[in-house]
Amino acid sequence: MNTGIPLQYFLILAAIMFFVGIYGFLTRRNLITILMSVELILNSVNINFLAFNRYLFPHKMEGLFFSLFVIGVAAAEAAVAIAIIINIYRRFATINVEDVNEMKY
Amino acid sequence: MDILTLFIVIPVLTITGLVLVRDIRQVRIVAAAGMGLQLILSAVLVYLYLSVRHSGNTDEMLFVRDLVWFKSLNIHYAVGADGISVAMIALTSLVVFAGIFASWEVDFLPKEFFISLILLATGVFGFFISIDLFTMFLFYELAVIPMYLLIGIWGSGPKEYSAMKLTLMLMGASALLLLGILGIYFNSAPDGGQLTFNIIEISRTTIPMSAQYLFFPLTFIGFGVLGALFPFHTWSPDGHSSAPTAVSMLHAGVLMKLGGYGAFRVAIFLMPEAAKELSWIFIILTSISVIYGAFGAIVQKDLKYINAYSSVSHCGLVLFAILMMNRTAMNGAIIQMISHGLMTALFFALIGMLYGRTHTRMINEMGGLMKVIPFLSVCYVLAGLASLGLPGLSGFVAEVTIFVGAFQHPDLFHRILTIVATTSIVITAVYILRVIAILLLGPVTNEHYNHFADAKWFEKVSAVTLISFVALIGLAPYWLSSMIGTSLQPVLEKIIAINPF
Amino acid sequence: MNFNYTLWILAVPFLMFILLGLAGHKLKPGLSGLLGTGGLAVITVLSYITAYLYFFRTGATEGVYTKISAFNYTWLQLTDKLHIDIGVLLDPISVMMLVVITTVSLMVHIYSLGYMKGERGFERFFAFLSLFSFSMLGLVVATNIFQMYIFWELVGISSYILIGFYYEKPSAVRASKKAFIVTRFADLGFLIGILILSFNTRTFDFITLTDPAGPAITQTGGAAFLGLSVITWSMILVYMGGVGKSAMFPFHIWLPDAMEGPTPVSALIHAATMVVAGVYLVARMFPIYFFAAPAALEVVAYIGAFSSLFAAVIACTQTDIKRVLAYSTMSQIGYMMLALGVSGYGGHDGLGFMASMFHLSTHAMFKALLFLCAGAIIHAVHSNFMTDMGGLRRYLPVTHLTFLIACLTIAGIPPMSGFFSKDEILVAAFHHSWFLFGVEYAVAGLTAFYMFRLYFSIFWGNETHYHHTPHEAPATMTIPLIILAAGSAFAGFIPFSRLITSDGVPFETEIEWAVAIPSVLIGLAGIAVAFLMYSRRSGIPDRLAAKFKYAYKWSYNKFYIDEIYLFITRGIIFRYISQPVAWFDRHIVDGTMNSIAAVTQYISFRIRRFQSGQLQKYAFVFVSGAVLLIVLLVYLWNQ
Repeated sequence: MNTGIPLQYFLILAAIMFFVGIYGFLTRRNLITILMSVELILNSVNINFLAFNRYLFPHKMEGLFFSLFVIGVAAAEAAVAIAIIINIYRRFATINVEDVNEMKY
Repeated sequence: MDILTLFIVIPVLTITGLVLVRDIRQVRIVAAAGMGLQLILSAVLVYLYLSVRHSGNTDEMLFVRDLVWFKSLNIHYAVGADGISVAMIALTSLVVFAGIFASWEVDFLPKEFFISLILLATGVFGFFISIDLFTMFLFYELAVIPMYLLIGIWGSGPKEYSAMKLTLMLMGASALLLLGILGIYFNSAPDGGQLTFNIIEISRTTIPMSAQYLFFPLTFIGFGVLGALFPFHTWSPDGHSSAPTAVSMLHAGVLMKLGGYGAFRVAIFLMPEAAKELSWIFIILTSISVIYGAFGAIVQKDLKYINAYSSVSHCGLVLFAILMMNRTAMNGAIIQMISHGLMTALFFALIGMLYGRTHTRMINEMGGLMKVIPFLSVCYVLAGLASLGLPGLSGFVAEVTIFVGAFQHPDLFHRILTIVATTSIVITAVYILRVIAILLLGPVTNEHYNHFADAKWFEKVSAVTLISFVALIGLAPYWLSSMIGTSLQPVLEKIIAINPF
Repeated sequence: MNFNYTLWILAVPFLMFILLGLAGHKLKPGLSGLLGTGGLAVITVLSYITAYLYFFRTGATEGVYTKISAFNYTWLQLTDKLHIDIGVLLDPISVMMLVVITTVSLMVHIYSLGYMKGERGFERFFAFLSLFSFSMLGLVVATNIFQMYIFWELVGISSYILIGFYYEKPSAVRASKKAFIVTRFADLGFLIGILILSFNTRTFDFITLTDPAGPAITQTGGAAFLGLSVITWSMILVYMGGVGKSAMFPFHIWLPDAMEGPTPVSALIHAATMVVAGVYLVARMFPIYFFAAPAALEVVAYIGAFSSLFAAVIACTQTDIKRVLAYSTMSQIGYMMLALGVSGYGGHDGLGFMASMFHLSTHAMFKALLFLCAGAIIHAVHSNFMTDMGGLRRYLPVTHLTFLIACLTIAGIPPMSGFFSKDEILVAAFHHSWFLFGVEYAVAGLTAFYMFRLYFSIFWGNETHYHHTPHEAPATMTIPLIILAAGSAFAGFIPFSRLITSDGVPFETEIEWAVAIPSVLIGLAGIAVAFLMYSRRSGIPDRLAAKFKYAYKWSYNKFYIDEIYLFITRGIIFRYISQPVAWFDRHIVDGTMNSIAAVTQYISFRIRRFQSGQLQKYAFVFVSGAVLLIVLLVYLWNQ
């Protein structure tokens, strides 16, 4: 059943991806990059789901399905987000989040 | 459906009608028709009330209706009317009716204006018919909120500032009031049993003294702010001066009476023991209001400021008389509320009409108007004379009843303060005559004035309606006074029980 | 006898006021004038009928005149015992006042038909005259003190409106305002007096109040305050109202200015009727003053005496003829007050009371006459100042003759009515106090002097050059003059003491020659001095004025009382009370409210920084929080 690559490797990879995503999400001002960072976070979670499913409960499929869900939602979210971003770009000619503050206060 | 509920239904229907109609003429017609109906209805109510009383019915409240509204907290939609609320309802319908005609020429968003105005009126009517504290509070809030819009949108001068100030101060007051009402609610059944918001039921029990000491001041100040109690009166000058005509009329004429009425019906009626113990503080504050408002009015230059300060003085007299806690003074307080409501509404209506012609409210910039617009000027003089307490007009009846009543107080301290309050009649005369002299008499100061048209028909409707009732009360006060007098009985019984003199 | 019809004495002028006030501008001016005059003629007839019935038919029971309450209607119930009624009370003084008021008022109405002809607001004038007549009649027939107060205020407002009749004239506006506010201030005292009185006696009703054996007088010892009983204080305060309305010192300042009104108004309101309301008030309450508040009665006497002297001195130097007459009015009312103040109660002791009422009636006649003559003169010359007049006797024969009669009357020369009434007052004063008698004796001389100063400067003296020849007034104006002159001349023969006495019991009087002869002599002396100084243009007045420069200046400037008032009102009340109050309100009270708002706003601005609206910052906080929590959890887990 075991195939050589230990679980820890997956987890370490997922953790690195997650924090790279968080870092990108917090520091970047470009909406596209922020969106990409969110994707990174989601995918790191996906890896975790799959890895745990595979290693801990190999006879169940919940992890698999959940990650499929996440991928589906992420696709939809990316579509909506990019639509918003395009609209923002059309309206303000920028996709820098700090410049989009018309509704503030 | 009972007659009292109709007083809420008709304004709501009018508002619905206003939503549906389109152009400004229809808006005016619907608003005037609705409020005209309301006026007729209140005449019917007065008639019904008098005939029911005449037939020997001595119930505390007539036309009672009680529907459970929110069961777990025992909140009811409970309405009922005694002579005092009937009188206040009649006053409100008169002022609203006159107000509609006074704002006939509002052309900026007229539909929304009339909707807000009538919404405000709905709140006031609801307040006066409620005998359930919670429902009463609900209607109170309903009356205060549209005021913000009316001043903020249709006002003049620093209208946002004034609207904000007025609303915030009144909201602050209603926060105190809510505390007071909840305090009464949680002490409404000191011997165990169902808690209640119903005023009549609460009045049959005695709220524990410790609770009264805490909640009487809260309730009284809560209502007192609305009744322009010193030092919480400063919303009044700014609010009135920025408000559009009809709103000033309604506000000074009716909304400020909510304060006096509430202080009487809730604070004094439900907690007479604390009222007796603590009244001296408030009596001092109100006599300050009376004198201070009058002196403040002497040096003002803006007509609306003069009236606002004069209202502080007159409404101070209302609270002053209520706190004297005897039949005559309280009777006078109610008459004063009605009288002041009518004459101050008249004042503000006329100021609006003058402003529509001269485009200024500064008395120094006007002069000699008697010659060019005699009708409006004579109305203004009449309003002024009513305000300074000329016999034959309503102000005299009210003031005399208050002064004689207050002077019957067995305590020397109260009698001396009464004398202090009496001096306001001279100061009032000074500022009223000063305005009349500068504004109306003397030579015409501005030659443009010679082209002024005197009152238009709708302005005449507005002014004549109010003046005729000011004169009616002034000439034949007996029926009103006795109608109020019998309704004071329950309050007096509670007071006499604790304070036999 | 049923006196119910007396209701119409009040109702007719009131209805006339409503009619003329509301519909007057639609009627022709002449018609509204006739309507007003006609209405007044009706009530004059009614008043005379009432007087006849009361004095000679039904008023007296066993020779004593009683108070008859013709009708009484509860107007406002205040407490169980106190209620304000509107009604008609008939007793000798109220019936006498009815006659006096309606007579003078009718004369003034007729006179005004001519005098006011062609004025703008002719119908308004008659409407207000009707209002005044209504108020004044309501005042005199009042059944209770509060009804009196109500009508007291109403005459005040009628006076205000009529003084300011020429409302486009700033001086008239100022004068009317001054009159109303000064009397209002005095009325404050009246009101407080009523409050105290009613608190102690539990009644407003005159019949109960003034019954010498009644509870009001016998049972109200009450607490003392500053050495005087509460009742005394209340009566002094009530008298304050009378002082204001009757223009006694120190509230006299409004009366001279009130001459800005049309002359018929001055004749009716500010000479004959309204200004004697204070005298009437004291007479009405006389039993209380006499039995329960003798100290207050002393106050009445001394204020009366001082005012009469004070006004007489000022009248000697004024040049506006209406102002001279105004000060003369004040002086004569001082006489009436004094007479009440020195009077006793019952029978011959009540001589002063009778004399006061007597003088009130004769004064109403001759002073109205003087004013109406002054009106005719002003009408002819178009000036108020005697310096613009002279030698008018040739142009205005009727006016001249009637004016002369009036002057002789006021100077107390027999057989004019003024001689009889003034003589009674002097006798009453003589029996009370030498000092007061002396003052009044001097005033009698001064009166003769200043009246004849007026007379000689107007009708004799050097003829001034007139722009156009002065001409006699029309018949509507001269007929009232003649009627009033006849009244002034012959009213003295009315046997007053058999009709009007303090307790209703008639008594007989006769002239005390020991007092009468000197008083006539000093009157004649005054006339002689005036003749010497003013019958021809002589330098004497100017030389005297130069010699007694300061006395002249003080008198001419009315002893600077007006300036003192102006200082108090404008300098103190306006500047040091009202303006600080307004400032305090704006900056302290409202400032507190505004600073609460400002503080709240400041704090919220500060807090707002946390709410930047940037998701990333929120996320950073969220993530750091989560990390912190995890670290904390792990740490705790390991413990």
